[in-house]
Amino acid sequence: MKRNWSLYPYILWMVVFTIVPILMVLYYSLVEAGGGFSLTLSHYARVFEPLYLSVIWRSILLALVSTVICLLLGYPVAMILASSPAKQQFSLIVLFVVPMWMNFLARTYAWMSLLETNGIINTFLGFFGIEPLSMLYTSGAVVLGMVYNYLPFMVFPIFTVLRKLDPSLLEAAEDLGANPLKTFMKVIFPLSLPGVLSGITMVFMPAVTTFVISQLLGGGQFTLIGNLIQQQYLRTYDWGFGSSLSIILMIIILLSMGLISRSNTNEEGGIL
Amino acid sequence: MTQENQGKTSQEMIRLVDIHKEFEGETVLNRINLSIAKNEFVTLLGPSGCGKTTTLRIIGGFEHPTSGDVMFDGQRINDIPAYQRKVNTVFQRYALFPHLNVYENIAFGLHIAKKDSKEIKAKVKASLDLVDMPGFEKRPIRSLSGGQQQRVAIARAVVNEPKVLLLDEPLAALDLKMRKEMQLELKNMQKQLGITFVFVTHDQEEALTMSDTVVVMKGGIIQQIGSPINIYNEPENVFVADFIGESIILEGRFLEDCLVEFAGRTFPCVDKGFIPGQPVDVVIRPEDVDISADPAAAMLQATVTSVVFKGVHYEMLAETDQGQEWMIHSTTMAPPGQIIGMSLKPDNIHLMKKEVQGT
Repeated sequence: MKRNWSLYPYILWMVVFTIVPILMVLYYSLVEAGGGFSLTLSHYARVFEPLYLSVIWRSILLALVSTVICLLLGYPVAMILASSPAKQQFSLIVLFVVPMWMNFLARTYAWMSLLETNGIINTFLGFFGIEPLSMLYTSGAVVLGMVYNYLPFMVFPIFTVLRKLDPSLLEAAEDLGANPLKTFMKVIFPLSLPGVLSGITMVFMPAVTTFVISQLLGGGQFTLIGNLIQQQYLRTYDWGFGSSLSIILMIIILLSMGLISRSNTNEEGGIL
Repeated sequence: MTQENQGKTSQEMIRLVDIHKEFEGETVLNRINLSIAKNEFVTLLGPSGCGKTTTLRIIGGFEHPTSGDVMFDGQRINDIPAYQRKVNTVFQRYALFPHLNVYENIAFGLHIAKKDSKEIKAKVKASLDLVDMPGFEKRPIRSLSGGQQQRVAIARAVVNEPKVLLLDEPLAALDLKMRKEMQLELKNMQKQLGITFVFVTHDQEEALTMSDTVVVMKGGIIQQIGSPINIYNEPENVFVADFIGESIILEGRFLEDCLVEFAGRTFPCVDKGFIPGQPVDVVIRPEDVDISADPAAAMLQATVTSVVFKGVHYEMLAETDQGQEWMIHSTTMAPPGQIIGMSLKPDNIHLMKKEVQGT
């Protein structure tokens, strides 16, 4: 077989920055604290303690809720973008992308100052005599932060698929008696599934692993698996437990991705 | 406006009344008036940009006229959306749903209409038989050839038993042999199903082969409506004459009823009613020129400049002593350089009002 030299930088990159770190994490998750080579599953056993299971469950739940909200908000946005005339499309996309150029942390801090008890929203509501609402440090605030930050990752894959959709297919559906709703259900949505699935992937993955959003907008109450891992590495220096949590998180993501790609192939079989 | 009713009582199916259509201030259809009878095979024919597809899309409900009325079975349907119209369309590039298989594509309209599943099954099967593709139900669209996709597109449209079937250049993507086959099959299908066909094409031969009525269009204006024979033999203007088949177009002068002057001499003809002395366009079909090896006895003399063998006939170019070039289609061949005689029968000389320059 011919050797393709141009692949080597890529392979080197993968080995140094992906494979070796993962192997290291795996190693730490399987050995006793303090290094050495005495294997143990004690770190993994700790993951299944009720306290930590509830953290994992909460992470998955909040990520799922955010993903669903992103889908419900993002799909119509993607449709509007895809159906707007080319000139407007460009400016709409720019409007959508510009906030993403700002630092992720800065945007999240901005939400803090909007939501806090003496924040802008409550001050505004105060003018109408409404008591300050406690919005910050709630699960709602965490979901809001996730949706706000990850919405573009839902919109763009769907937009890309919708834009390439052959308009004559929509005319064909209409021609065969399908009203706009039926056309959407039977033609537009099924054909946009690849975009929907990659959007779900691109929102769910960062949402389930985030620790910044939950830390800033959730305060201490909403520890997610990302926060837990961060604490093990940076505060309690329990690298073994942190590593086993990371491995479990990877397995969760792999499983959910597998599930999604499986449902994709099922859909191909038949809709009607 | 159909000039021949083929002996049937013609019941009107579609009428377009003074249809005007503008896209961003540009007129694409100008005063289109057209009546299509039940069970008629009507072809909209013209070069690209002539408005034929727009006319079809207005009937289908995919475009809306700027002004004018669309009448369907006696009712005005301007405001009825496409999905409520009793017409179905075979799209130019088929527009089959790629996420559905052959069965699901054909059953799409029947499912929407909430037909009983047994009935759907039977109808899909019957329509696949009709397009000569039995047993293709489970095949994915991707696995079909262009011709097969085309047939599925037809089956998907006719399975709904529309009153009118619209076909937007459905054969354009097929190779020549397949196209010829499909032309005949479509014609047979139309007779068999008893559905009104409105067919759009830029291929004049296709139009002549299949249609009961041909509507020739140019620049958003209907140039002529008539049977294929009528359109071919009695073109109403130089554009139609030139677009339908080959023609020799010469400048002439009308002398008096049944007498015209061109190519340096007078000819007896059958046209009447022009003003004596009026300049006219003279249109002659290349196959109507009779050639003989005895130039002296003929009406005109010319020198053959080129000969091309076309299969059924020879296509020759001959130059008259006045320097005009005539195209001749003949089964007898005269070699280049030979002087031939050319004669014309009076009813093969077609006189037309001179076109105003630039239209």
